[in-house]
Amino acid sequence: MSFLQSLSDRDRVFDFLAPQRSPVDVRHGPILYLEDVTVSFDGFKAIDRLNLTIDDGELRCIIGPNGAGKTTMMDIITGKTRPDCGSVWFGSRHDLLAMNEPQIASLGIGRKFQKPTVFEALTVFENLELAMAADKRILPTLTARLTGEVRERIEEVLVTIGLTELRHRPAGILSHGQKQWLEIGMLLMQRPRLLLVDEPVAGMTEQEMERTAELLTGLAGKGKQSVVVVEHDMGFVRSIARTVTVLHQGSVLAEGRMDQVSRDPRVVEVYLGADPDEEVA
Amino acid sequence: MWLTRPFRERSTLLFLGILLAALAMVTLLNLALPAGHPLHVSTYTVTLLGKYLSYALLAVAVDLVWGYLGILSLGHGAFFALGGYAMGMYLMRQIGDRGTYGDPILPDFMVFLDWDSLPWYWQGFDMAWFAFLMVLLAPGLLALVFGYLAFRSRVTGVYLSIITQALTFALMLAFFRNEMGFGGNNGLTDFRELLGFDLRSDATRLGLFLATGIALALGYVLCRAIVASKLGRVSVATRDAEARTRFLGYRVERFQLFVFVVSAMLAGVAGALYVPQVGIINPGEFSPIFSIEIVLWVALGGRATLYGAVIGAILVNYAKTVFTGVMPDAWLFALGGMFVLVTVLLPKGIAGLLGYRLKRKAAAPSTTTGEASA
Repeated sequence: MSFLQSLSDRDRVFDFLAPQRSPVDVRHGPILYLEDVTVSFDGFKAIDRLNLTIDDGELRCIIGPNGAGKTTMMDIITGKTRPDCGSVWFGSRHDLLAMNEPQIASLGIGRKFQKPTVFEALTVFENLELAMAADKRILPTLTARLTGEVRERIEEVLVTIGLTELRHRPAGILSHGQKQWLEIGMLLMQRPRLLLVDEPVAGMTEQEMERTAELLTGLAGKGKQSVVVVEHDMGFVRSIARTVTVLHQGSVLAEGRMDQVSRDPRVVEVYLGADPDEEVA
Repeated sequence: MWLTRPFRERSTLLFLGILLAALAMVTLLNLALPAGHPLHVSTYTVTLLGKYLSYALLAVAVDLVWGYLGILSLGHGAFFALGGYAMGMYLMRQIGDRGTYGDPILPDFMVFLDWDSLPWYWQGFDMAWFAFLMVLLAPGLLALVFGYLAFRSRVTGVYLSIITQALTFALMLAFFRNEMGFGGNNGLTDFRELLGFDLRSDATRLGLFLATGIALALGYVLCRAIVASKLGRVSVATRDAEARTRFLGYRVERFQLFVFVVSAMLAGVAGALYVPQVGIINPGEFSPIFSIEIVLWVALGGRATLYGAVIGAILVNYAKTVFTGVMPDAWLFALGGMFVLVTVLLPKGIAGLLGYRLKRKAAAPSTTTGEASA
C-alpha cells in the first residue's frame, strides 16, 4: 500500500509537477475556519458539528473537560484525522481536507505536542538549525552552510524563547520548561502562520508558566502568527486568553472573554455544576 | 566547502599529524636502519601494521553508522569481504599463465573444477580501473539494495542488527560453494603482482602500508566532514529521536541509506587494501563473528568519536597478535575480558578517557562548535 503511494507520489519525483505554493489568503479575516465538522470513531461522535473560526493574529484558548474533542480537533487541522463531513479552510484559499500532513505542515501550520521532544545530544543552536525551513534533501543538507541570514534568524528565535545564554549547551541539560520553549522555538524556525500548542504548561513551575504566558502572547499578532492553545490549567488560560472557546462533547459550548464564559450557566454545568470560579480556577 | 571543514578542527589535525608522523617513522625505521639494528622495523612488521590500518579504516566505517546514525551493523564484514574479493579477483587475473596449471586466462581453481571459460562476472577484472571501481560498487550496491529495503520498511534497532548478521552469514555460505566461482572455501590466493609491482618485494609491501595509511587518513577526513556537516547533525538527530526528525521534514530513510552506503564503500576499500597485504581472501571474512569483533573494536575505542574506532581497532588487533602468539587458547577469553572491563570501567571507551583529559585542558573552546561549523 505504502509502495503504491510512493509510486503515485509524483510531485517528489518531478519537481515541475510540484504544486505552486500560494500564500495564505487572510484578506477576509479568518486564518482558520472549521464548519460543521463531524468525526466519529466506532459510532462515538468525538467531534459533532463543530464550528470554529480563528482570526489572523489571534491568540485563542480552547478548554473543555476530558473527551471534549480538543485533541481530535487538532488532529483534523493537521491532517492526521479525516472528518466524516464538514469543511476545514486555511485562509480563504486552502482546503485542508484536500491535503496530507506534510503539505499542511509546509503550508505553515505548526503543532507542538504535549511531551517535549528535542535532540538532546545537539546544542540548542543546532536544534533550531535543524528545524529551520530549508531544502531538506540529502546533498543540500550535506553542503549546507551557516549563512549570516540563517544565523540571524536563529539568534532572533533564541531571543524570543529566552535561551540565548544557553545556545551552545546540549539540549539534554535543559529543564522541562526550557525544553518546551526550545520546542516552540523549533516551530518558529519554520515561520508558521498558525501554531497549535497542546498543553504547554503541564508540569511547569509558576515562574516557567509566567514566562510561557509572555512568550505565547508575544507570538500572536497581526502579520505574525496566530496561536491556538489547548490547556487544562485555568489560571494559565485566564492569564493569557483574550478569547476562550469551551468545547463539550465535540462541539462549541460557549465562546467569549474568560469572565463571560466562566459565568455562563451551561459551562458551569459542564464543570460539574459547581461555582465556576471555584471548580474551574 | 564541506569537505575542507575537518581541516579547521584541532582534533582532526592532531589525528592526521599523529598518523602521518607514525607512517613516516615506520618508513624511516624500515628503510634507513640495517636489519640487525634493534630499532629496525622488519617488513613483516610493516605488513602487520598495514593490516591493522586497514582494520582501523573498517572500524571508522562502522563507527560512522553506529556512532552517528545509531545503526548497529553486525554485518560490515560482508562489505569488507566484498571489497576484498573484488581486489582478489583482479590479483587472480594478474597471475596469468604463471599459475600451477599454466592456463593463461582461467585461475587455478577453475581449471581444477574443469571449467572451460571464465564466468561473466569475472569479465573485466583484468583491468585495474574496473576492479578498483568494483571495490567501491560491489559493497555500495549491496548496501544500497539492502538499506533501501530495510530503511523503507523502517526496520531499525535490534531487528536491523539481526538482519545484517543474517546477510553476512548468507553470503558466507554462498561464497563457500565452489559453484559460486569464487574459489570456495580456499578463496583466492597465490597472488603475484599488483599494478605491475611484485607483491613479495619489500618495497611493494612498504608501499601498500603507506597506501593503507593514506586511505585511512582520507577516510577519516571524509567521515569527519560528513559528521561536522548539517547532514551529520541530522544523523545524530535520527539516532536519538527518529520520529521527531521525520516530523521536521527530513526523509530519514534517505539519510540513513546515504550514510550506510558511504560506510559500506569505505569498508570495501579497507577490504581491498587488506587482501594484498595478507595474501589471501576467503569466505572466513564473511563470518558473523568477525563482524561482531569489529563492533567490539569500536566499543572498546569509544563510540561516536571516529578516532576512538582507530585506537580500538589497532589496540585489539595488536593484543590479538600478541595473545595468539603466546597462548592461542586464551585469546577469546582475553577479548571477552577486555570488553567487560572497558564497558564497566570506561563506558565511553578509551576515547572517553582521552576526551576527558582534552576537555579539562581546553575547557571552553568546545562550546563554540556551532559557530565553528560555519
